[in-house]
Amino acid sequence: MKLDANEPNSIAGKHETADWRANRLVNVIETSDNQLRNQSLDELCKGSNVNDLLSDSAALDQLWRTTDNLYTQVRALFFLSAIHRFHLPKQFDRTRTAPGKIPFESYRQLLERRFIESIDSLLKSQQNNGPSDGISSALAQAYHELGFQRLADQVRKSVRTVRGNQWMFRTGHPDDHPLRFRPELLARDEHSPAFPILSETTAVRMDFSHSGWSDIFFLGMDFPAGAKVINASINLGVVGRDEQPQPPIECYLRVIDRPVLRLVSIDLKSSAEIQTISEVFDFAADYLGLLKAAVIASGIVPAGMDGCGESIQPLLERLVGTGLGIEIVSKVNDIPKGSRLAVSTNLLGSLISLCMRATGQVSALAGKLTEPDRRIIAARAILGEWIGGSGGGWQDSGGVWPGIKLIEGAEATESDPEWTISRGRLLPQHSIFGFDEISEETRKKLQDSLVLVHGGMAQNVGPILEMVTEKYLLRSAEEWQARIEAIEILEEIKSALLTGDIRAVGEATHRNFYGPLQKIIPWCTNLFTNTLIEKCQSNFGNQFWGFWMLGGMAGGGMGFIFDPSIKPEAQSWLQETLQTTKKEFESRLPFAMDPVVYDFAINDHGTFGTLASAATAQMPYEYYALLIPEWLKLEPRDLSALSRFEMETLGAEYRTEFNAPKFRILVESILPEKDSKFEASESLEDLLTRHGFDREQHEQIRADLKSGRYGLAQNRLPINTNIEDVVPTDVVETRNAIDQTHISLGSEALRDGRVAVVTLAAGVGSRWTEGAGVVKGLYPFHQFAGKHRSFLEVHLAKSSKIGGEHNRHFPHVITTGYLTDQPIQQHLAKFSNYHYPGDVLISPGQYVGLRTIPMMRDLQFQWEEMPQQVLDEQQEKMRASQRSSLIAWARQTGEGLDYRDNAPMQCLHPVGHWYEIPNLIRNGTLKKLLDDHPQLQTLLLHNVDTLGANVDPGLLGLHLASKNCLSFEVIARRLEDRGGGLARVNGQPRLLEGLSMPREEDEFKLSYYNSMTTWIDVDRLLSVFGLDRSDLNNAVKVDAAIRQLSSRMPTYITIKDVKKRWGHGQEDIFPVSQFEKLWSDMSGLAEVTANYFVVPLARGQQLKQQAQLDAWLRDGTADYVNAICDWN
Amino acid sequence: MSILKAVITAAAPDQKQLPLQSLVDQQGETKTALQLIADEAVTAGIEEIAVIICPGEQENYVKAAGEHASRLTFVPQDSPRGYGDALLRARDFVGNDRFLHLVSDHVYLSQHPRGYAGQLIDSATGEDCAVSTVQPTRENLLPFFGTVGATRIANRQKLYEIKSVMEKPTPTQAEQYLIVAGLRASHYLCLSGMHILTPTIMNLLEAEMQAAKPGSSIALSPALEQLAKSERYLATEIDGGRYNIGVQYGLLKAQVALALSGKDRDEILTELLNLVAESKPTSSHNTSSGA
Repeated sequence: MKLDANEPNSIAGKHETADWRANRLVNVIETSDNQLRNQSLDELCKGSNVNDLLSDSAALDQLWRTTDNLYTQVRALFFLSAIHRFHLPKQFDRTRTAPGKIPFESYRQLLERRFIESIDSLLKSQQNNGPSDGISSALAQAYHELGFQRLADQVRKSVRTVRGNQWMFRTGHPDDHPLRFRPELLARDEHSPAFPILSETTAVRMDFSHSGWSDIFFLGMDFPAGAKVINASINLGVVGRDEQPQPPIECYLRVIDRPVLRLVSIDLKSSAEIQTISEVFDFAADYLGLLKAAVIASGIVPAGMDGCGESIQPLLERLVGTGLGIEIVSKVNDIPKGSRLAVSTNLLGSLISLCMRATGQVSALAGKLTEPDRRIIAARAILGEWIGGSGGGWQDSGGVWPGIKLIEGAEATESDPEWTISRGRLLPQHSIFGFDEISEETRKKLQDSLVLVHGGMAQNVGPILEMVTEKYLLRSAEEWQARIEAIEILEEIKSALLTGDIRAVGEATHRNFYGPLQKIIPWCTNLFTNTLIEKCQSNFGNQFWGFWMLGGMAGGGMGFIFDPSIKPEAQSWLQETLQTTKKEFESRLPFAMDPVVYDFAINDHGTFGTLASAATAQMPYEYYALLIPEWLKLEPRDLSALSRFEMETLGAEYRTEFNAPKFRILVESILPEKDSKFEASESLEDLLTRHGFDREQHEQIRADLKSGRYGLAQNRLPINTNIEDVVPTDVVETRNAIDQTHISLGSEALRDGRVAVVTLAAGVGSRWTEGAGVVKGLYPFHQFAGKHRSFLEVHLAKSSKIGGEHNRHFPHVITTGYLTDQPIQQHLAKFSNYHYPGDVLISPGQYVGLRTIPMMRDLQFQWEEMPQQVLDEQQEKMRASQRSSLIAWARQTGEGLDYRDNAPMQCLHPVGHWYEIPNLIRNGTLKKLLDDHPQLQTLLLHNVDTLGANVDPGLLGLHLASKNCLSFEVIARRLEDRGGGLARVNGQPRLLEGLSMPREEDEFKLSYYNSMTTWIDVDRLLSVFGLDRSDLNNAVKVDAAIRQLSSRMPTYITIKDVKKRWGHGQEDIFPVSQFEKLWSDMSGLAEVTANYFVVPLARGQQLKQQAQLDAWLRDGTADYVNAICDWN
Repeated sequence: MSILKAVITAAAPDQKQLPLQSLVDQQGETKTALQLIADEAVTAGIEEIAVIICPGEQENYVKAAGEHASRLTFVPQDSPRGYGDALLRARDFVGNDRFLHLVSDHVYLSQHPRGYAGQLIDSATGEDCAVSTVQPTRENLLPFFGTVGATRIANRQKLYEIKSVMEKPTPTQAEQYLIVAGLRASHYLCLSGMHILTPTIMNLLEAEMQAAKPGSSIALSPALEQLAKSERYLATEIDGGRYNIGVQYGLLKAQVALALSGKDRDEILTELLNLVAESKPTSSHNTSSGA
């Protein structure tokens, strides 16, 4: 629905003007003059005050509501998002605007993806209560999400309306199915049950350059002239394993003598016999989602049949005949995930090609494909990615095409569905370079120079693609310049290929990586990659011709170009260096597997089909190794004639060539290997003992969990608890300058050495690497002063600066847990505590928990009762299906039982940050601190990801002057600050955890969010435990005191996602139950006297996820952090 | 130039019995399908008819042709090589004349005074070019028909200029190459088995035959596709219906259609209603949803 822009009471805000079309930002978006159009929003907003920005926002809000043009709409939405995210907050900070509250209703609408309603209600609130940081943070999010939603909708609409795809959406019943299998696939010898096998081999794609991720669909559709990619189809082999490079993707299809759709993924070791049409649309039920997406996208089960509720038998009857079925098998030759070679899109393309050949939708049953065939397959692959809930770029199905090609965006013409909607078409134009353009010799030279590797990192490239799209729309000056530079580099690479100058190719890809790519997205590289490149440079000097980033980011698939004369040497050197470098970084960066070095060759066929007659047809032997054990479990009478025949055939072969490797694999698949789980569980027990697992407490919690005394619903305070926002006198406003008296008081304490810092680094920060289990504190997340720095390095650099300024370097304690202790200790030792001049102490964790299988009621509570982000239509289906299988998993595995079916470390859990201070007392760190620094009076405790927290003399002075036990730092709440805040609970100010809010909406009444940073008066805190300094020697008293206070702290049950890795870089995510006790609950103890300091956002903001990095850099927080660090 | 010759192809071994089947025509006379097809041609002004048959079937066909036997020339298709080859066997019969081509497994019915074939002949004579009859067909039936891609001729009712012809296309191909503006969604123009062809078709079939591997079959659609590229070739929708007696219940449907448009309409209608009223499904054959 479009809103009427001229409606006098439009909710766009009081800043709406009648002549909004004359607004400067509206003009920038609407103009056809490229120079005006390509202006950067940041430049345009320089010098604007709150009123200017609000009036711009009102005009832009009118613009997106009234236009049909996709580009105008989306750019207006991203401008709005950026104004509310970056430009208005700076002004609010300057004018000390009150934090403002986000209406709960708007938040709920955001979660339910009702973005327009959410925007409307937020604007209404802005109009009634005045603009504020909180409202702007929510508006920024809502506009951002709506922008991406519009983009995704357009891609979907376009792919559905591509001619050749439309019919599948209107075929809703098996009786209407218009496809038939080609008769060649049904031809069999009347004495044999075997049918012919159609197979397809497909290359993967390796991109020379993507001109700054210009293959993102929207970029190609909006800026076709700038959307250019050169990529090559390549065959791969693993050095030392494979004799020669082969097309890495193989797929097989045949008719079978059972009326089922049998899908088999050899590499994922999974197979299923599908009996109903609805199973085909259930993507998360097994590992066969990609095959199912291919079956749908190829029209074998048309998309329109989703929900038709029929058995698959009548459909198969139409396609292949009565009593018959179809089998589709995929096999990726051990190319791990994250190869950046678009394996999954090309596998999808390969499967789709195979199915379309079988049903006569492309011209050739076997052999190469024609260009129109490849185009329709690429369109179907995009459709398949949408159906399967994944997404790639338009160059990704490049392996379907042969050789090296230039892929370019194409202007939309009148006959395209994109006409008048976007400037470019969804599908690009492919021009294959002939051998007269890029000679045989050049291709060989390339093969002789390039070493292709998989570094072992498998990271999610999704956030990067979102950042690129947003930056493109905002035309940020530096990034826009970088984009133009990237397009020029692509042209350079093209000329170098045409002239056969591989050294120039290497020089250009290298410059592309260090220039435009990192200018657009600094996070496309990482310390691991940089280190590898530096090692290459120092080892091979100018015989190393350049680095080549493949795909969306570095760390996984990468290329290194060498002088051909040293390639063999470089290849084996890299193989070794990759391993040692990975070892160096594996606790700090997420590696999914060991690095691999590939051999490769350019594939000049493109995807290729072969038909084997019924008499000679056989599936690959890994297929039999997977399925024969299943067949052997059946009664012989239940086996199909075809399966019996295949076993007999193999039996006959075995009798003549029993030494063949295929039979070894087959026998191994039947005879089980010794189960190593027993040993693994032994080591779990060791770990539990070593890290202070309290079995008694565990059993008690389990019993309480099972009986329903503990659980997600039980985390909450009683419903009649009165939750209100604090009043101004409850907090100390410190954002306005702190008075000199307090600063002097703090400075004096610093000079006297009366303070120490405690950085909490016990947890791995599972949100940071999505549960990959690396040490967040050591993660080299950003380049400051030209080097990648870890979180801990930043904290020590801050302490170094403050200490330097006060001529007294105070002690810095780092708390560690079972996962982080060893890596942190080793790392700090190796890097000499980053040269921090003061004492650095490690406080190892003393408690650990064992995860349990979640209760079904908790899973249901989490997924059904708690408000949560509704996903986009197809992803929502995926999630629903995943969740029902996870609930089934919890039921089958046993609710409340110990979670042991994973790497032992992944079965343990930290027990919450409340234990960090007791650890300090229990493990002797506090005693040592006090022994070495008897004058020590105050601790500053902060989270590892609160990068702006430092020993600010003013805040320290305020804390000291208050003579309170604890001073908590709080920040103005923004949309993303969920999980608790400062509240008056039954009239008493305290910090309240999100888990314990009686109602979800209570949190939205609160103006301040808890940053976790706490100033602690050591003696007053000890007295809360019933201890004093002299008791620290008495372990028995200390233990009893901790146990006593612990029993007064609430126990929260939480559900965490844990990754289970298997195969080659494959990962499954399971929800598990764990418990925790939280530090902020200390504020609820009657005997604890506390202050609440309101501090600036830059000081209190926490960096929880990598997706936050870009905004963190752009909103000035990174500069703020840099300014309070001393890197020398 | 008038069109006086017709060619009926009836040589497909699995369909050789079809023209011999009996049906009751609109006047209540029992006739064979062959007689009905020949009636259609003769009513339209055809004087000579060639029938391409399986070797050894001539005697049966002569009997089945009734009063039309004298107009028929039988051409046995020994060592058959497909539909295209069957038509090519009539090359000598056709000579340099345009001719009506019908298939032997279809019965046509039209309320138009000129009949089904008559309308087609009028169209071809008026336009002075090859014309095929087409019928808008839903995409789920594409696996059964040759289909044309065409553009509507301005200001003309149901007349199209053919651009391409594909035999049993998939909907993917149909959507890319065979969309005809003005048809209902998901409908395509499928050939309905009757054509006026020029002698060019014989040359094209011959060329196709030369190019084909020895012993392999050739189809008619590729030659029609070539025809569209070499001369003006139109498609027309005819006022009337065609009934394929070669499919399951095809003969029954053709018979019911004939009866319902003839003198015994009331009697047959009553009988049908009685049948409907008395029938009940057996428990194992309940109508399934959406079928």
